[in-house]
Amino acid sequence: MMPTAHRRLLFLVLTLLSAASILIASAAGSVTMNWSEWFAAISNSSSEQGELLWRLRLPRAAAAWTVGALLSLSGCLMQVLLRNPLADPYILGVSGGASFAALFGMTLGVAAGVIPALAWAGAMASILIVFSLARGEGPWSGTRLLLTGVVTASGWAALISLLLTLGPDSSLRGMLFWLIGDLSYAKLPYWALAILVLVFLACLGMARSLNVLAMGETTARLLGEPTRKLLWFVYLLASILTATAVSIAGNIGFVGLIVPHLMRLLVGSDHRILLPAAAMFGGLFLVFSDTLARTILAPRQLPVGVVTALLGVPLFLLLLNRARVKQ
Amino acid sequence: MSVLECSKVNVRIAGIQVARELDLKIQPGQFWGLLGPNGIGKTTLLKCLAGLDQPATGQVLFESRNINELPRKLLARHIGMLQQHTVYVFDSSVLQTALTGRHPHLAYWEREGAEDLEKARAALDAVGLNDFQARSVTGLSGGEARRLAFAALLVQQPEIMLLDEPTNHLDLKHQVKIMGMIQSHTRSGRHSAFAALHDINLAASYCSHVVMLFGEGNWCAGPTSEMLDETSLEKLYHCTVERLEGPNGPRFHPAPG
Repeated sequence: MMPTAHRRLLFLVLTLLSAASILIASAAGSVTMNWSEWFAAISNSSSEQGELLWRLRLPRAAAAWTVGALLSLSGCLMQVLLRNPLADPYILGVSGGASFAALFGMTLGVAAGVIPALAWAGAMASILIVFSLARGEGPWSGTRLLLTGVVTASGWAALISLLLTLGPDSSLRGMLFWLIGDLSYAKLPYWALAILVLVFLACLGMARSLNVLAMGETTARLLGEPTRKLLWFVYLLASILTATAVSIAGNIGFVGLIVPHLMRLLVGSDHRILLPAAAMFGGLFLVFSDTLARTILAPRQLPVGVVTALLGVPLFLLLLNRARVKQ
Repeated sequence: MSVLECSKVNVRIAGIQVARELDLKIQPGQFWGLLGPNGIGKTTLLKCLAGLDQPATGQVLFESRNINELPRKLLARHIGMLQQHTVYVFDSSVLQTALTGRHPHLAYWEREGAEDLEKARAALDAVGLNDFQARSVTGLSGGEARRLAFAALLVQQPEIMLLDEPTNHLDLKHQVKIMGMIQSHTRSGRHSAFAALHDINLAASYCSHVVMLFGEGNWCAGPTSEMLDETSLEKLYHCTVERLEGPNGPRFHPAPG
């Protein structure tokens, strides 16, 4: 267990880093502002730089933070749900359903504004398919859920390949960016923030139950949890988080796998600390990654999914190695 | 003062008849030993007693109510079970794992308080893991993990303890220590215990009652002094058993050959 003083320090640092990430994201880009320009821009939203700040960079940074938090939270939940530290938000096919629907929309040439709604619908369809197929009678079976989810995800992957093969060349680039994960056109829809806050509070309320669930289904039952109900609830919450993140930004990889792991190494596996820490770190990690994605080859923009993987993999391997040395 | 009762319970698993028409009353003050050869269904019976599984027919009653119809949270405040294996997938500290025993006693948003911490520390001390509080559970040896699981059960403070081979992985000193702790738990007269055991002599030393599962649904149950003898043990384990009179009552040995 973490001493209270450490815990306070951790959350103070995470809050400051989150603020810093958004500040830097708002100042950096193809037009980099110095601080006096930045202050002028932030106080005058109708100036050219003010518009850039208020209408493009800040909404995009806020969207990045929210998506990062959504994915990290979902990753934490999926790992407990499947009792597998390799689980990530996409493992049960939610993102596959979303991607198929979004790419199908792009093939038909629907307006860009409709894509998130399509993705959300696709994700919901996938959640329902997996839920109804994996439910069955009898005791909870994590293996059955995992297999159903993984096979459903493979099915979506096949359909996506089909769309990529048959789709018009003109939409291929957009499709690719979606599949890698991209925040170029992301704005922060308030409903996404609302979902993040609501699910986060629900998870925090049952954090102690999640601790017990992580010790195994039988142990959790013996300690008083109605596990069947609880596990399906966790599945539903994790899926909704993933669906929300994916419909805003596409399949951004690694965040939902690596951030929960990093935080487990750093703060341990008490979900009352792990969940807020993972959400905040996921948020700021994605804001920094997206800022890099915009600036590293400016004026060209990379899809942020490339950056999260390039940053996340070495960072993760480094920390994993250090943790082993410490033990 | 909780009573756990089997009423005409038929337990089956995968085509094996574990117990037929089992009638059993686990009363406060009693320490039951469950004896039987490998694969006879001891764990399955324990799971039925814990309300984790449902018997094929008949009822397991807790306080005269069908255990399968009671909410888990209520049960967890009265009945605790030490499982045969404990596998830790996620890392956690020894102290935090011991604290999970408080889970059924806390409300939804409640955090563990000083009193809960005190209980966890006392339990760790009792099983000799006091210096391990900050250690990670994934680095524990088999015996240490076993003692930690038992400590978590102590922290849970159930009136009825169900234990699946509590002395697994334990050295002699800790076998005696843990069995002694279970016995003193029941000796207060308010609590009871029911343990699947492989060591007949531990059962002979510590248990007030025993149940034997002979296979094909046959069973017998009663006070240890009446139940444990060469004839029943030979029938139970299908090997020759010698009886030795020790200072603390009879002890049983398999005869070589």
